[in-house]
Amino acid sequence: MNKFEYASPTTKEQAVAMLGKAWGETEILAGGTDLLSLMKDFVATPQRIVNIKGIKELSSLQILRDGSARIGALVTIDQLLEATRKSHPALSQAAAGIASPQIRNMGTVAGDLCQRPRCWYYRAGFGLLARNDAGQALVPSGDNRYHAILGNKGPALFVNPSSLAPALIALAAKVQIFGPDGAREVEVEKFFVAPQSSADREYALKSNELVTGISIPKSTGLLSATYEVRQREVLDWPLAAASVAIKLDAAKKVTSARIALGHVAPTPWVATEAASTLIGKTISEESAVAAGKLATAGAQPLSHNAYKVQLTQVAVKRALLAAAGISA
Amino acid sequence: MAEYKWPEESKRKYIGKRISRLDGPDKVSGRAKYTFDINRPGMLFGKVLRSPHAHAKIVSIDTSAAESMPGVKGVRIIQGPGTEIQWAMDEIALVAAVDEGTAEDAARAIKVKYEVLPHVVNERELASVPAANRRPPTEQTKGDPAAAFSGAEVIVEDVYGNDVITHCCLETHGLVTEWPGANNVLLHQSTQSISSNGGEMARALQLPAGSVEVKMDHIGGGFGSKFPVDRWGVEATKLSKQLGGAPIKLMLERDAELTVAGTRPSAYAKVKVGAKKDGTLVAWESESWGSGGVAGTGMPPYPYVWQFANQKTRHHSISTNNGPQRAWRAPNHPQACLVTMGALEDLAAKIGMDPLDFVLKNIEMTGVRANVYRDELLKGAEMIEWKKIWRPRGQGGVGSTSTVKRGLGLSLHTWGGGGHASDCDLTVHPDGSVEIKIGSQDLGTGTRTTIQIVVAESLAVPREMVKVHLGSNKYPPSGSSGGSTTIGGVSASSRRASIDALNLLLEKVAPTLGTTADKLEAVDGKIQVIGDPTKSMTWKQACAKLGTQPITTRGKNPGRENLTSAGVGGVQMADVSVDIETGIIRMNNFIAVQDCGLIIDMKTAESQVFGAMIMGVTFSLYEEKIMDDQTGRMLNPNMEFYRLAGLADIGNFKVHMMTGKGYDERGPIGLGEPPTVSPGAAISNAVANAIGVRVSTLPLTPDRVLAALARKGGQAS
Amino acid sequence: MSSSDERRDEAEKPVVSRRNFLKGTGVAGVALTIPLAPGAEAQAGVAGVTVIGPERSKITLNVNGTPRALEVEPRVTLLDALRNDLDVTGAKRVCDRATCGACSVILDGKLVYGCSVLAIEAQGRKIETVESLASNGQLHPVQKAFVDNDAQQCGFCTPGFVMACKSLLDHHPEPSADDIRLGLGGNLCRCGTYVGIKAAVAQAATEMKKTRTKGGRRNG
Repeated sequence: MNKFEYASPTTKEQAVAMLGKAWGETEILAGGTDLLSLMKDFVATPQRIVNIKGIKELSSLQILRDGSARIGALVTIDQLLEATRKSHPALSQAAAGIASPQIRNMGTVAGDLCQRPRCWYYRAGFGLLARNDAGQALVPSGDNRYHAILGNKGPALFVNPSSLAPALIALAAKVQIFGPDGAREVEVEKFFVAPQSSADREYALKSNELVTGISIPKSTGLLSATYEVRQREVLDWPLAAASVAIKLDAAKKVTSARIALGHVAPTPWVATEAASTLIGKTISEESAVAAGKLATAGAQPLSHNAYKVQLTQVAVKRALLAAAGISA
Repeated sequence: MAEYKWPEESKRKYIGKRISRLDGPDKVSGRAKYTFDINRPGMLFGKVLRSPHAHAKIVSIDTSAAESMPGVKGVRIIQGPGTEIQWAMDEIALVAAVDEGTAEDAARAIKVKYEVLPHVVNERELASVPAANRRPPTEQTKGDPAAAFSGAEVIVEDVYGNDVITHCCLETHGLVTEWPGANNVLLHQSTQSISSNGGEMARALQLPAGSVEVKMDHIGGGFGSKFPVDRWGVEATKLSKQLGGAPIKLMLERDAELTVAGTRPSAYAKVKVGAKKDGTLVAWESESWGSGGVAGTGMPPYPYVWQFANQKTRHHSISTNNGPQRAWRAPNHPQACLVTMGALEDLAAKIGMDPLDFVLKNIEMTGVRANVYRDELLKGAEMIEWKKIWRPRGQGGVGSTSTVKRGLGLSLHTWGGGGHASDCDLTVHPDGSVEIKIGSQDLGTGTRTTIQIVVAESLAVPREMVKVHLGSNKYPPSGSSGGSTTIGGVSASSRRASIDALNLLLEKVAPTLGTTADKLEAVDGKIQVIGDPTKSMTWKQACAKLGTQPITTRGKNPGRENLTSAGVGGVQMADVSVDIETGIIRMNNFIAVQDCGLIIDMKTAESQVFGAMIMGVTFSLYEEKIMDDQTGRMLNPNMEFYRLAGLADIGNFKVHMMTGKGYDERGPIGLGEPPTVSPGAAISNAVANAIGVRVSTLPLTPDRVLAALARKGGQAS
Repeated sequence: MSSSDERRDEAEKPVVSRRNFLKGTGVAGVALTIPLAPGAEAQAGVAGVTVIGPERSKITLNVNGTPRALEVEPRVTLLDALRNDLDVTGAKRVCDRATCGACSVILDGKLVYGCSVLAIEAQGRKIETVESLASNGQLHPVQKAFVDNDAQQCGFCTPGFVMACKSLLDHHPEPSADDIRLGLGGNLCRCGTYVGIKAAVAQAATEMKKTRTKGGRRNG
């Protein structure tokens, strides 16, 4: 880790005032489980750390009976897991996918969204877009077994590592952001962007803005689930994940559906067509399989990750069946 | 007079019982001090600058910026300009500074210019390995394999193998080194070889052999990778001298540990094996290759355990730009076992035989241990309910569903494990307390505990009266802890020392009891006339007769009367479920039946077997040192992507130790290696049985399982 | 432990000030190569916010009920501060990247990875390490269960697992299989002691329940 100076503001206004005008100068410390690792590997080398854990208002958590929720940026994964068990199974299941109690106790909702990719070239110091000194991209001709199968036509080939984002997208949640110009709100699916340069970030924040929380709209009658394909039962990165949220009418026909995929693209991937094709159908093995296929219809696997297409299809199928209460 | 030979089962108070490890309370409370925990007065922290290139020539090194940083005490170049680096993360320079952060800053401030050279870091595909990286192949033929194959009715040909894995010791390699005087060194080192490291370091420093003291109470894993003092240890010691002898702590960082501190070589083999329709094995042929780094690697013992009259082997040793191999529990055996038992399982499947029946049918081909294997196979089959659950390949064992297939697999293995050379000094004090000093080390295998058990049993005193001192080269020398040789060595030497001491004591007290020493025995904390408890004195009373002079005896191994032997057999059977939609494998049950001669402590012996099996699940399903062809670097030098199994990944385990007649009289035989041999084969075979197709290479990751299933689908249609 | 004294001579004076952002950085050299954008200086003087470091500053950590004073740079983790500065070495450094759990300590009642908490942010919080569990020479039921079930070999992961098991049983006195999976999924062992650990959890849960029941009776 390089040397840095440390500040622990107690209001979001103070925090924002302490953030740098360019990415990399300052970093926000919340749970610390990703940031400190990045710094130990000299992937992040901030001159100042702004610890936001002293900002009390960011720890609030409120879930109403209609399913609408406001979740502060500093709510921990563990608090979220417990609080959303009944109200938002997709979110709770995504939180439970983080099998380490230490990470669940330390990690925060905002930290989960803003954690950096796990691409091993990036983590080894080859930059966000994984290029060697000659500017050559390392992922296409390298070991890309865990890289993107979707959304990989641009220079970014890593996968977004967020556990919660697919579930939040399925639930149509929004990210609340505070910056020098005040507060703003953006849909979770638009919060994430595929960077075009190594200096960019993977989310639509400015370097001196702060995620302050998440809002989830009313979700009465919504059935949701998350399915992660993980090799190990202990702390492990999913190979593919899907979160779904559906509404069924009295005849068990789908009236609305949202499907989001994790760990398959540089951003959480919204499977719009797969979701819309379910409208008017009942959830069955057959319709769930079809949705999975549609979700990966545009997949362009790299040299070593074609298997992830199947894993993604399975994740979609199993999440849909789980949401509908059908045991696989 | 007491005799060396091990006591009969009916007379054992401690040996073979379930005894908790002696250092357990220290370990659970954080009191146990490992090398990594040693903090010395005025201690500096060492950090190493490492090569980012897998193959490069060092052109120049500039340490000036590092040397002028506040808090930096010294910089030492380990490999200077002109040196050719052969693997990524090899050591270039060492820095010592007042704290870790400063040392790291300084190491990063050293500027090195390299001339980058081409590298080869992967060898899975033999055809794509450049000729320059291949040694001339070695070939051996026995009998007439060609003729034998022409008489075979069923032949299987396929490729089997496993990728390079690392030791991943939780305590990284390292040491705290200092010069208490101008010509002597004190090392706290994480080592499997306390008795030899002092001399080794002294040689490197051109000091008299006795001038280096080595200490270690506890070690956080070794598994075969921690025998030498290592170049970094020598360099740190030289730097300490430069700095007036100040202690320097140098523990490898995790990425270095996984990259340069030892690997288990890869092993791949194209196998052809043939049998008669009735299952009689007739011939073996294999062309194998593998790499353990720059020096390549020798051929594992193919075919493993099975003695074919007609066989041919051909092996290619591949040189790669990877950190060098080191002994990894049971060197070469897991690889040989996987390849051989995998091919035999496939052959049985092709014939349409239950592999249990197939193996039993041919069991005489295993030679001297055939009877042990037979007993173990039958016991194992009972434990895992083989006949109830097993179904022919691809049909799915009992309980399979449309997407989750269950399968069973088995394997068997052997290992030598004779006791190493071992000296110890045992002292019986006039107050009755007993101490034993031995230049051995406890790797977490229970060495301390077993020594205490042997001494207490031999003297018939409570265990608490025996204090065991190990972990110093100032004690009598005992062998390195490798190759499952420790228990044989230390139990034999401590037994002999104890019996010799007891006999001296018996001589001393015989007159008081009105008899001669040959009529006395030690029983339950007393010295008594054999068979007559009325003529006795307590151990303390007996020892008081020593006056002021304790008894000290030197125990040795080898020595008079063989107290240990070599050669064990074991069988393992795995019960797995494979999700054929995701390729993810879950362990249901895993059983081991193991022979290790006389068991000193049943509890820690079972732990060793459980541990080996769990490590086996880990290397079967998860572990792979992933090397990048482009950068020449390891891509997963961390514990996120260098995966170890966790508690919830292992399923239900059962262990049965073979004991009693036929086993006990052979004396204690080491257990560190044998049970690590079979897991890969047993689990790979179980997966093949479940899904109907062989996944050729370990680890059995989802992508490989799905690829194998796709291959099978293609064949079926 | 006198190494901290040694270091104090070497270190520059502790810096705890609301001082200018630019001045404080850059002097440390190598690692700090990114120039701050214009305007950063102006932002630095934020009212009511203390900026600490990058050099050493004095902090106090409440370790196992005892306040311990030390001087660390902000970049020092809680784990390294415990081990290197306070000689509290029960928690181990293994992966150093929030994965393996060998560094587990309990911070304000929550199990955390000590490698991924800065020492400076642990000020004012209750830090419990494995050294605190045994009282008056009596092992905690979790520790005793680890010994009885031989839930350890080399023992390097053991302190972390003991803390994780204690935390698990504090929060789930009668843990289900899923509680155990989620409660011990953040720790790894290399020797393969999980069979013993599973048995130890079961024994400790029973023992702790007995103690609670007895306690209840006494109180009732």
